[in-house]
Amino acid sequence: MAEDAQAQKGKLAKGWLNFIDWVDERFPLTETFEFHMSKYYAPKNFNFWYLFGVLSMVVLVIQLLTGIWLTMSYSPSDAFASVEYIMRDVEYGWLLRYLHSTGASAFFVVVYLHMFRGLMYGSYRKPRELLWLVGMAIFAVLIIEGFAGYLLPWGNMSYWAGQVIVSLVGAIPFIGPDLMEWVRGDFLMSDITLNRFFALHVIALPLVLVMLVFVHIVALHHVGSSNPDGIEIKKHKDANGIPLDGIPFHPYYTIGHDVPAIVIFLFVFCVVVFYAPEMGGYFIEKPNFEVANPLKTPEHIAPVWYYTPFYAMLRAATYPLFGVPAKFWGFVVMAGAIVMPAALPWLDRSPVKSMRYKGLLSKITLALFIVTFVILGYLGTIAPSPVSTLAAQIGTAIYFGYFVLMPWYTRIEKTKPVPDRVTMP
Amino acid sequence: MSSSNSDSGAAVGVEPGPASIDKTGFNKQRRYFLIGATSAVAGIGAVGAAVPFVASWFPSAKARALGAPITLDISRLRPGEMLGPIEAWRGQPIFIVSRSADALEILEKDIDDLADPDSDNTDQQPDYARNSWRSKRPEIGIYVGICTHLGCSPKYYGEIQPEPFDADWQGGFFCPCHGSRFDMAGRVAKNLPAPDNLLVPPYRFVSDSVIVIGEDVGTA
Repeated sequence: MAEDAQAQKGKLAKGWLNFIDWVDERFPLTETFEFHMSKYYAPKNFNFWYLFGVLSMVVLVIQLLTGIWLTMSYSPSDAFASVEYIMRDVEYGWLLRYLHSTGASAFFVVVYLHMFRGLMYGSYRKPRELLWLVGMAIFAVLIIEGFAGYLLPWGNMSYWAGQVIVSLVGAIPFIGPDLMEWVRGDFLMSDITLNRFFALHVIALPLVLVMLVFVHIVALHHVGSSNPDGIEIKKHKDANGIPLDGIPFHPYYTIGHDVPAIVIFLFVFCVVVFYAPEMGGYFIEKPNFEVANPLKTPEHIAPVWYYTPFYAMLRAATYPLFGVPAKFWGFVVMAGAIVMPAALPWLDRSPVKSMRYKGLLSKITLALFIVTFVILGYLGTIAPSPVSTLAAQIGTAIYFGYFVLMPWYTRIEKTKPVPDRVTMP
Repeated sequence: MSSSNSDSGAAVGVEPGPASIDKTGFNKQRRYFLIGATSAVAGIGAVGAAVPFVASWFPSAKARALGAPITLDISRLRPGEMLGPIEAWRGQPIFIVSRSADALEILEKDIDDLADPDSDNTDQQPDYARNSWRSKRPEIGIYVGICTHLGCSPKYYGEIQPEPFDADWQGGFFCPCHGSRFDMAGRVAKNLPAPDNLLVPPYRFVSDSVIVIGEDVGTA
């Protein structure tokens, strides 16, 4: 009996292998799996900060899946009512929507942490400049995607936040007013605007996003992952050409590192979804429970938390310059703040990559930068006052100073010697 | 290959000198010309093909029709009151204020604090509203209720009394979003986020109590 089962099993395994062979002759299945997973050698000294790339992919999948399901019940021509319908009448509609709205915030949490990792360990340095630029493109698309999605519930905050941001386009000299009409497709934010934002949010931008993520991974697997020591593991290879400090991504990082992290992440994520989906008005803002009213601006307009640092910088511009109104400069400052990190590969002149071996100046400026970013985030949520505006102006100066002065402070500081091989904790 | 190339090369106006023929017998000069010409034509084609996609984003015929002039009866508007915001011309909030004699007096005197008291920015009002009350008739003011900063809708505070945002308030509009202030003629106060006075839409009086907003001449 046992021998029969053994024989049966052998037959099955052989059948499976034959099938894989059949596929491999027609499609590089095994080759692709090996290149990206089982023979992709990642540095063996990855730490906590290296989880957020994988986690952002997990969130992307959550957003795609729940987004497609929400589209099945949402209707842009009856937007506000259809969101109420999803929340009250669609089976588990409330869960799908809360997963999606919490997913939006989670996306920015993991992406901001992922970017912080890059700042800390110099992940943007040669030869990873393009990898960093593709990442910055993902960040920019994500910002627009989130903004387009925020309009869709058609609550009063959706409406007026949309109005304020689209009005920024109108600040561009000469073409602004016409461009604003072109973006809205109407003389005000209307159903026409909502419909096109819907199209952008559910198909155009997700398509771009998925393609950019693909390119990001292709670029990563071409140059290889960076690590907390900021040294290249490809420098020391064994006789078979395998980096001595590398371990196969699968199964070591997939099973040993990422799966537990994903489980913990999903646990925290679900706690928020089930117990605090509105997050006290930070994830879903209170005026948004009222339908869009073109005649009534909410008392206080603040964007969702992940845009508030940039919104604070937008409001910090209060002086007209060269005969151009301050609101245009606010637009320039905000856009500049978003794209500024793209220049990092060429701003960082330090002989070392990782914060572990950089000098005191770099450590202080990075800490100051992070604190400033958080304070700006807070300032963006509160109603403006002379004090908060001044604070935002100082914060904006520090934000840009971090980047603009980087070529100077990374060169003059004393760095520590970099080890030849990666160090394990 | 090379001889037929140079023949047709001459036909399209390129003089292939001996230097343009490389070792493998290719006419480089002609190849570059063809690549350039093909790219240029393809580029023009791409721009042409983009036209419908770009143009479809402009306001549609329906949106433009909904933005047509509208007629309003203001016979019940009392001095000091504001009609609106009403979703009137182009669906935008329209403010129609009836100003008292006191308010008109303030408009003449109280101008030191204003960014553009004489309505020098001619984009913000038709010529007939370029006066200190920014309207055709001093007592009736008609403005698009959208802040010239980032498009929030200001609120009407018509009384001359201290307000939380200004202890010496002389009546006018206040934007809750970013704190811009406008007087009873929609003129913006200096050194605030909003750069311009409130927009005055084109309008005309059909009779003493009926106005048409959205056009200043016409038969309708």
